This record gives sequence, C-alpha cells and structure tokens, in this order.
Amino acid sequence: MFILITGLLLGGTYALIALGLNLQYGVARIMNLANGEMLVAGGFAAFWFYTAGQINPVVGLIVIAPVAFAVNWLLYRIMLQPLVNRAKSRGALEVDSILATFGMSFAFVGIMTWAFGGGYFNYAFLAQPVELFSSSYAQNRVVAFALAVVIGGALWLWLTYTRTGLKLRAVSVNPASAPLVGVDVRAISALAFALGGAVTATGGALVSMFFTLDASVGVLFTMKALIIIIMGGVGDIRGTIVAAVILGIAETAVARLVDPGLTLAAAYLLFLLVLLFRPQGLFGKARG
Amino acid sequence: MTAREIRNFLIAAGLLALCALLPVYGSPYWLTMGTTMAMFAVLATSWALFSGPTHYISLATAAFFGVGTFVTGLGFQALPFWALPLIAAGIGAVLAALVGLVTLRLSGVYFVIFTLGMAEMVRQVVTWVQNQTGHRGMYVLTSITEREIYWMLLGLGALVYLLGWLIGRSRLGFALRIIGNDETVAKHSGIDTALAKVALFMVPGAVAAATGAMLAPRYIYIEPATAFAPLLSFQVVIMALLGGTGRLWGPVAGVIPFTLLWEVITRQAPNQTLLLLGLAFLLIVYVLPGGFVGLWDRLRRRYGGHG
Repeated sequence: MFILITGLLLGGTYALIALGLNLQYGVARIMNLANGEMLVAGGFAAFWFYTAGQINPVVGLIVIAPVAFAVNWLLYRIMLQPLVNRAKSRGALEVDSILATFGMSFAFVGIMTWAFGGGYFNYAFLAQPVELFSSSYAQNRVVAFALAVVIGGALWLWLTYTRTGLKLRAVSVNPASAPLVGVDVRAISALAFALGGAVTATGGALVSMFFTLDASVGVLFTMKALIIIIMGGVGDIRGTIVAAVILGIAETAVARLVDPGLTLAAAYLLFLLVLLFRPQGLFGKARG
Repeated sequence: MTAREIRNFLIAAGLLALCALLPVYGSPYWLTMGTTMAMFAVLATSWALFSGPTHYISLATAAFFGVGTFVTGLGFQALPFWALPLIAAGIGAVLAALVGLVTLRLSGVYFVIFTLGMAEMVRQVVTWVQNQTGHRGMYVLTSITEREIYWMLLGLGALVYLLGWLIGRSRLGFALRIIGNDETVAKHSGIDTALAKVALFMVPGAVAAATGAMLAPRYIYIEPATAFAPLLSFQVVIMALLGGTGRLWGPVAGVIPFTLLWEVITRQAPNQTLLLLGLAFLLIVYVLPGGFVGLWDRLRRRYGGHG
C-alpha cells in the first residue's frame, strides 16, 4: 500500500512533465531533449523564490509558468522554426531537432552551472508528514500531486472542449492535412511547444518541493519523460497518465524492495517490455 | 584495385607510419594528447560507419566503452593482455546485437532514446552488482605503458579504416546507403533492413568495447561512475559530425581540432566544457550540416576542382 501510494504521488508529477514533452513532440513534432533542463530551470526558479523572497512555490507558479511559456515560444520561433522549414522529411527533422536540442541542453546546463554553481539544492517546504491509510507521507508530495492533477486535468479539459484544443489535436493527428481545414500549423506548433515548456517548468517547480535537484540532473527527467511517452503513445494523454503512474509505482517498488540506485534500470525494464510487446504504446492501435 | 585506390592506400599507410613514430620523437605531453586523439579517432570513425549511412544517432559508445574497461579490470590478472580486447569486442558485439534487435526494427527515435540512457543504466546495474558482491572499484596495475596503448589504438584504427573501406565496397554497404536514402525503397528492393542495421551496429559496439579494454590500464583505478561517463558518447558524436560522416576520413578531421579545443577549454575554464559541447552541437546543425567534409565538398564544387 505504501509503495502504491508513494508511486502514485510520484507518477502524478511525472505525468505532468511527460504531458509537457508530449505536447512538444506530439503536436510541434520537436523531439525536445532539452526538456529536462527546462524542468530544472523551473525548479531553480521556485527555489530562488522560496529562499530569496520567502515566496511559496505554489504562488511562484504564477510567474514561472508564463515566463517559461514566453521563453519556449521564442526558442521555437528563433531556433526550431528554421529547422522545420528546411526539413525535407519527418526523419530529417527528427535528426536535426535531436541534435539541436542536445546542443541547447548542454548549453543550458553550462549556463545554469555557471549561474548557480554545480551544487545540489533543495529547500524545506511543507516537510511535515500527513497520515494516509495508516502510513505517513510528506505533505509536499501530496500537494505536488494534487497540483499536478489539477493542472493536468485543466489541460485535458482545454484540449478536449475548446476550439484551440481541437486545432492542436488536428495538428497532432496530421500536420499535412490540418491546413486544409483552416488551421495555422505554424502558430499552433509554436503554441504547443510553448505550452509544453510551461507545463514542464511547472512540473519542475513541483518536483523541487520534494526532490533534490542540481544543474545536470535534467537529462534523467528527459529520459523518464521519453520512456513515459513511448509507453503511453505519442499524442495520447490518457496513455501518458497511465504510463506515468506505472513508472512511478515501478520505480518506488524497485527503490524500496531492491535498491534505490536502480530506478533508471527499472524504467529501462519497462521500456524494454514496451518495445518488445507494444511499440505502438499502451492504448495505441497497431499500424497496419 | 584501381590506381586511385592504390594511391589512397599508400597515402594512408604513410600517414599511419608517421603517426606511429609519435612516441619516438614527441614529448610525453604530446603522447598523452596523441593517445586521446587516437582513442577518439577510433571511436568516432567506427561510430560514423553505422550512423553515417543510416542517420541513426547512437549514444551507446560510453556503455560499450565501459564494458570494455571492465573486461580488462576483471580479466587482466588471469588472461594475457592481448586476449582482453578480443573478448571485449565479442561482448560488445553481442550487446550491440541485442540492443539493435530490440530497437532497430522501430523508428530512429526509439533507438536514440534507448542508447541515450544506456550507459547510465549499465552503470546502475554494475554498481548494484558490485554492492551485492562487496567490491567497489578495482585497480588495473599492469606493465602496459602509454606508448603501447597508443600503438594498440593505432592498430585498431587501421583495422577500422580497412573494415570501413571493405564495408563501403560490399553489398552490405550498398544496402545501407539505400536504407539511409529511403528505407521504403530499400524494403521493396528486397533488403532485410533490420538485419543490415543490426549487423552494422555490431561494428561500433565491438570497436568501442575493444577501445575501452585497451585504455583501461591508463586509468589505473576503475569504478562505474568514471568508466560509464555518458559524456564520452556525446564527445564522439560531436567529433564525428563536426568532421562529417560522408567520407571515411571525415571523423578524424573533427577529432583533431575538437580534442585540441577541448584541452584548451578544460585547462582555462573547466566549467565551460558543457557550454562548448552545446555550442558545437548548435554550430553543426545551423552552420555546418555536413561537417568539414560537407564544407570541403561545397568549396570544391564552387571552385571547380576535379581532384
């Protein structure tokens, strides 16, 4: 029971991070390997707000999310749009975007190390325990989970019931046909990329409440988000959430029962199973 | 062999002989630099053999390399040293075949993602096994000197070049160029695309593991965190792409300047190496898509050389 709940709490935050990347990859078609660095930047911002200004990280989100949105929008327009324009095929865009975002990822790590130093950072926010089903959990994890559910739920509602959400889904299904029904693919792609970045940075702020971050930890989160997306299926929100919870529980179980140093190996085991048996994602249909 | 091939072969042999003399006339500092360059030249050239024609970016180099260093670490007392790179190459090839079988049937993204975390995953597993058995790191104390390592790497490099040249002429090489241009066409012409890719991916796997096995005596003390440092994979990718993967000599053209630059940056501003790596990636994507080879070809076309 303890493993299930801890895993669920962790999985909720993972789901939010993976949703951000899924928007960027599923809609804007950019395999953003600098995603983890955006997360760390969000965490840094929350840390900085809390230690320097005594600002509650939940309140800090009001600033972090719009700033991340703007930064990612600019990144897409300046750095990635030219790659989209020059790409002859989806495969060529994938190679280019992977290399470019690797470059950004290393550059961001370099800049963050330079600006904040290479040390670990964490802060004590709501570190008191709460009692749930006769075991105790840290309050910050519960709060982070609740926020992830609220934000993820809002995102899902927005994507499902608004006109812009419909446009995003149209581009995700087929970027070549979307212009035929009057969708501005460029604007929607930029929007999706920016929104994805904002969601990821929000996830980073939530993670920083209970997880010790440092400037170079981003790639680990990128890795996990990628595994979740492949497990859940590209562009599939429901699959992403289920996969994130599975990963959260699997990691917690391995950390508790076997060794805390094996969490990535646990994620890889899941990844391997998915690649072998369901490469189209948990709920995906086999490509005919 | 045509006259042109004989000429190129003689030039290559002459350059190799010149490189082999480095320990005789060079200072110890340049021997160290030369060994590092030889290491990256071997890794980057073998990397480009697979990733050049297929456009699949492999980040597994560090994992294979680490496995190789551990082969030496575990076996150098029981076995003669010359056997270790061979064993490492065998293990590397098998490991590459397994990774290839799982990921190369699918699209390139899966492959990149899988190899991205591979070094870290192998490191976690090796650390765990060591914790279980109570061993931490290990000492590799041999009588192998740096100049012997250098010569071994040169020999391996020559082998990689020869292999690359042979693959380029073979049916496999031809099949891979077709796959790289259009996988659907390749499939329809009756090429077993997955098998061809897996077979070729075994080459960098084996070479990287053998390189690791040869270099282990240089590190003296081996522990998982240093043996499986993921940075190595990225350095190899960047050097190969900077040089260009279109020609066999391309990666070396990237290795030499980048190793020198890396050395300068590490000495002057050790914290900025990652920034340099990032900027180099961006440079390749936005300014030099074909690397130095691409630049060279473009210049030659523009100024009408036919050589």
